Amino acid sequence: MRRTYRILAAMSAFAVIAAAGFGLALTGVLGVPSTKAGSADIDIAGPFTLVDDTGAPVSDAALKGKPTVMYFGYTFCPEVCPTTLTNLAHWMQMLGRDADKLNYVFVTIDPERDTPEVMHAYVSAFDARIRGFTGTPEQIAKIAREYRVYYKRIPTTDGGYVMDHSAALFLMDPNEKFVGLITYEEADASAVAKLKRLAALAPGS
Amino acid sequence: MRYLLKIAVAAVLVAAAAPAFAQSSSIQVEKPWTRATPAGATTGAVYLTIDNKSGAADRLTGASSDVADKLQIHEMKVVNGVMQMREVPGGLQVPAKGAVVLKPGSYHVMLIGLKNPLKAGDSFPLTLVFEKAGNVSITVPVQASGAKHE
Repeated sequence: MRRTYRILAAMSAFAVIAAAGFGLALTGVLGVPSTKAGSADIDIAGPFTLVDDTGAPVSDAALKGKPTVMYFGYTFCPEVCPTTLTNLAHWMQMLGRDADKLNYVFVTIDPERDTPEVMHAYVSAFDARIRGFTGTPEQIAKIAREYRVYYKRIPTTDGGYVMDHSAALFLMDPNEKFVGLITYEEADASAVAKLKRLAALAPGS
Repeated sequence: MRYLLKIAVAAVLVAAAAPAFAQSSSIQVEKPWTRATPAGATTGAVYLTIDNKSGAADRLTGASSDVADKLQIHEMKVVNGVMQMREVPGGLQVPAKGAVVLKPGSYHVMLIGLKNPLKAGDSFPLTLVFEKAGNVSITVPVQASGAKHE
């Protein structure tokens, strides 16, 4: 009887550990970070060096000191990315003066097509405060790894390609620590509430 | 005899011209729309409703328009937080006596290689190609960039 219990206990413990590990692996692979805000266990965000939409090098240091809203997408995207950035611009309007307390960054996961010039025209169409970051494929791979962003090239029958990519907006505090997400098609009221809370983290708020 | 021949020829010509009309007898396209595109964007998405009045299933196999280099039929899905877009293999099935809705978060006609940004308030012609019904020409109005529907 005792032996059976020990085996059962061992099997349960193993199952729990396996499930947790699988869950962690899933979040890593699928680019959906878990949402435990402010926890030291969450390993999202990190140092990066990219190229901004004026063609100048830019690092994570440029974002420190203000909370940041970061979105990973690409300009060849016909629906999700323009919709997300349109929504973001709309929320920035709803924030009023609080909007100036945040950094807004659109990072491309398609650096081959999204040159600084293309990025500049694109982000400017939504709001002048949104910056566009691109870089070499290696630089983009590095930031995507750090942010647990999933992206993959999908060929189309005409010889071109589209990209699968994580669809959420990442929210970071002034020290670039991950604090939460705004998901694709999240309701305006909920998104703006999150951005207001984010703005409250800005120094001097 | 010659008179009958003329009528026959005329009938054949009219029948041959039928697919060029805006609506074919079997396929009706309703509420086409698209959104204004940002500067620097080379793609767009057209949404619409396809009504198949006939008793036979049909397929939307392609499309063309002067506003873009090429058009493809795609499905968009968000799976576990990842945005995925896939060409619809073989074309989009439209059931007999049924309808298919192309809308955000689902199917769309993707415009690839836009020659100019689409501006709200404009409209442009587009031809849909169906396996059975042939070509169906429509006019697509451009809504504002955040528009949720037609």
